[in-house]
Amino acid sequence: MHSIAEGLAKNQRKISVAEFFERNKQILGFGTSTRALITSVKEAVDNALDACEEAGILPDIFVEIRETSDNEYLIIVEDNGPGIVRKQIPHVFARLLYGSRFHSLKQSRGQQGIGISAAVLYSQLTTGKPTVVTSKIGEGFPAHRCTLVIDTKKNRPEILHDEMTHWERNSGTRIELSMGGMYVRNRKQSAYGYLRSTAIVNPHAEITFIEPNGNETVFERVTDKLPSQPREIKPHPYGIELGTLIKMAKETKARKLTSFLSGEFSSISIQKAKKIIEIAELDQSFNPNKISLENAKKVANAFKKVKLMGPPTDCLSPIGEILIKRGLRKEMDTLSPEFISTDKRNPSVHSGIPFLVETGIVYGGNLPSEERVEIFRFANRVPLLYQEGDCVITKGIKNMDWRHYGLQQRSGKGIPFGPAIILVHISSVNIPFTSESKEAIANIDEIEREIQLSLRQCARKMKSHLSKKKKKVKAKNKFMLISQILPEIAKKSSEVLEKAVPSIEGVITKIMNIVWIDDGVQYVEGKIVSTISITNYKNKIQSFELYAALPDEGLLGGVNPAADEIKRGYIMWKIDGLKPAEKRELSFHMLGMEKGDFDENSLYIRGIDPVNVIGAEKWEGS
Amino acid sequence: MTMEERRRAAVKEMMKIAGEIYDDLDNSRIPELEIPSRTKSNIAFDERHRVWKYGRNKSTRSAVSLPGAYMLLRTVYTIDFIKKMIEQHKSSTLREMYYISEGWSEGKFSSQGDSDRLAEDLEILTKKLREDMGLRPEEDGARVMGDLSVEEITRKGEKRRIHCQDDVGDSGYSIPYNVEREKLKIRDTNAKLVIAIETGGMFDRLVENGFDEEKNAILVHLKGQPARSTRRFIKRINEEKNLPVIVFTDGDPWSYRIFASVAYGAIKTAHISEYLATPSAEFLGITPSDILNYELPTDDLTNEDISALKSELSDPRFHDEFWESEIKLQLKMKKKSEQQALAKYGLDYVTDTYLPEKLAEKGYET
Repeated sequence: MHSIAEGLAKNQRKISVAEFFERNKQILGFGTSTRALITSVKEAVDNALDACEEAGILPDIFVEIRETSDNEYLIIVEDNGPGIVRKQIPHVFARLLYGSRFHSLKQSRGQQGIGISAAVLYSQLTTGKPTVVTSKIGEGFPAHRCTLVIDTKKNRPEILHDEMTHWERNSGTRIELSMGGMYVRNRKQSAYGYLRSTAIVNPHAEITFIEPNGNETVFERVTDKLPSQPREIKPHPYGIELGTLIKMAKETKARKLTSFLSGEFSSISIQKAKKIIEIAELDQSFNPNKISLENAKKVANAFKKVKLMGPPTDCLSPIGEILIKRGLRKEMDTLSPEFISTDKRNPSVHSGIPFLVETGIVYGGNLPSEERVEIFRFANRVPLLYQEGDCVITKGIKNMDWRHYGLQQRSGKGIPFGPAIILVHISSVNIPFTSESKEAIANIDEIEREIQLSLRQCARKMKSHLSKKKKKVKAKNKFMLISQILPEIAKKSSEVLEKAVPSIEGVITKIMNIVWIDDGVQYVEGKIVSTISITNYKNKIQSFELYAALPDEGLLGGVNPAADEIKRGYIMWKIDGLKPAEKRELSFHMLGMEKGDFDENSLYIRGIDPVNVIGAEKWEGS
Repeated sequence: MTMEERRRAAVKEMMKIAGEIYDDLDNSRIPELEIPSRTKSNIAFDERHRVWKYGRNKSTRSAVSLPGAYMLLRTVYTIDFIKKMIEQHKSSTLREMYYISEGWSEGKFSSQGDSDRLAEDLEILTKKLREDMGLRPEEDGARVMGDLSVEEITRKGEKRRIHCQDDVGDSGYSIPYNVEREKLKIRDTNAKLVIAIETGGMFDRLVENGFDEEKNAILVHLKGQPARSTRRFIKRINEEKNLPVIVFTDGDPWSYRIFASVAYGAIKTAHISEYLATPSAEFLGITPSDILNYELPTDDLTNEDISALKSELSDPRFHDEFWESEIKLQLKMKKKSEQQALAKYGLDYVTDTYLPEKLAEKGYET
């Protein structure tokens, strides 16, 4: 469960940190100069977002990349977070493997604490220049400006200058790093692409980006609501590795094995602790600090033999369907997508670790219809840009048959083709990355299954949208036929024959022979208004029930005429005695939603044969 | 019947169609028109006229669907237009009608192909020719050179006698779009046969070499797929002067279709095949066998050529021993040749050797 880097570092204490970095720069994400630049921006921005959220501040992030000389860039990342106290600055930025989150089981962006100091080191190794960090912890406090380097022999920060300075901001942190590199744009794997993707899954953040050519982009905030703070949880026995167990036992302040087990793990009660100790054939009062490898093994085996509750799952902070939709809509605006569907799963557990999958599919518009769909992968709100092929998200997508859902896919396997973008976000207290560069999520069956369940849900919505669209075109054609073409045939033929215009009511009923339901959703002055019209084009009186699905979020503002039933999730009207050629209008409106949050009705009918209805599906229960 | 009478009769028939549509609406019936399906699979040999006509398969244009309703709307607009036009003693080209339809709101045609097809549909429904409805084609008439006298009524209503060698220049007599008796009479001829030629280049070659005089032949330039008036003109010479008709084209699938439309009737106009086709017309060449026998320069068949040849194998008009063996031979050798490839052996070869040999094969004295 703990990081490879930690292990690596332990075994390599004798070599310098610079040498360690040099040997492992590939897996740390600094393999090429192009990538090093992206990784550095990424580490700094991830830290900035985490800091703001922990302090309950809506993040305003400023990122600038300046070309200072040929192939040398200055990266500036500034946030409005809580700042860092002067004493901690060197440790946070200039010491590898320093970080408060090292053992914590909590959903956060940086999980290993290796990131930003690796960028500082890379800067130092490629340019010989120090890093400048400015931080201010609140109004009335001075800002500190530290110029620092890493002493690579001792893996210790060294402060070159330290000054107090004036800073306009109330609080925040600014880092300035020089590095050799290459600036690229116009692709997903770029600083721009990274920030754009970040903006999609962090709709509460505002990010301003100035590129080397002076071009300024503002990724605007779409919600003022901060994500709920993820909670830290204790490790669950099912997922624990032997090494971690020993480490926890040696470091615990508990005097007895029973209190150690019940106190430091989730889902272990005193009773369960006693049961475990009994199965392990150990003594309850045994001092956990003195645990031997052999006894630790016994405990670990005993964990597997008791039935335990899963870990708590309310510790995660997902983005939410509507916010993903808003994020996608904003960043995909230039593509004018035809349809966006999103889905959020309930939390699930693998190896005692809770995780949660959210997905989105963007369809149509200007997306190329013959190309491979683009995949946007995210872990704890961080875009994953590299190693797409090694990631469980890609695998989950490849192992689904997308042909059912209107995309092309040779032999029902592999990445599908079509005018779509697929987004998958995984939140977890501990994302099982395949390597230290944190670019691909390991292949875990439970995660793959959840990804597929969620994507299927999204894809079903997409498919139903497409078939609805097709039916709509058909219905519109029929309407055109009866409302324009047929009257004109009647008029013109009567003209030719010099007779009176014949009545066409009877023919219209025969041609349509259907109950026609037309609907639309509009955004009017802060309200989302949904209108439904029902026309009976059959030659008999019709009575049935009409159901309109309500969105999960938002508030039902009004229903007209009064509904016969309003439940969570739907409204029902009884349509009674609808005479031939009679038309009825229904409507409802939603409050507290933004334009685009709800853009398509789902209508269902009960008590009438669905083949006699265009514009609504058969009601299958709530 | 005079033109005037024929036009009145056509209007009467069209009014019946408008009446059917009107009555359907008035009686709560969905209006529809039945028309024979105009496809290769729906043509059958008419024993009486010895030409290919539409078979029994019908397709229904019904107002129950949007395309069907559009077709019906265009039909009533077209009927209205033709009726008014004939009342004013005017006529128009098919292209003019297409442009006039711009003012027909939802009834306007989306392409000229649409309006041409509708005119043909109306011919089928009324059993009248589009010329009788005052609609004439764009296509200009083909050219004729040979010992033949015709009598045309000019625009001023005067009779003018034209001899198709003596009274014309090198480009020959130009066939008008209306070749009916009240416009054109076929008078004297001493010719022994009619040779219909696909390309202008070959027509001019035969004219330059004096083939029409030397062999006493009437040369007709088909100009590719021949216009209705050209086919009608050929048929009239064939019937009225009892002259055999020989068709001389390139050696490729498209040329065989030209022959088929002259001799058997075209699929598009199968409703009036007995009026346009000359069942006794014979195909002279270039045949695939000619390509081999005369060692003609060739081009490779394109994919389109190959699929056209295959499609001809399933075309009932080509179901005979001659065509099946020739088409299969061509598919095997994958080559095609043009008429003018005969120039390989010199400019006079076609008139001195090829045509006399081929005509002799068919049993004509030359």
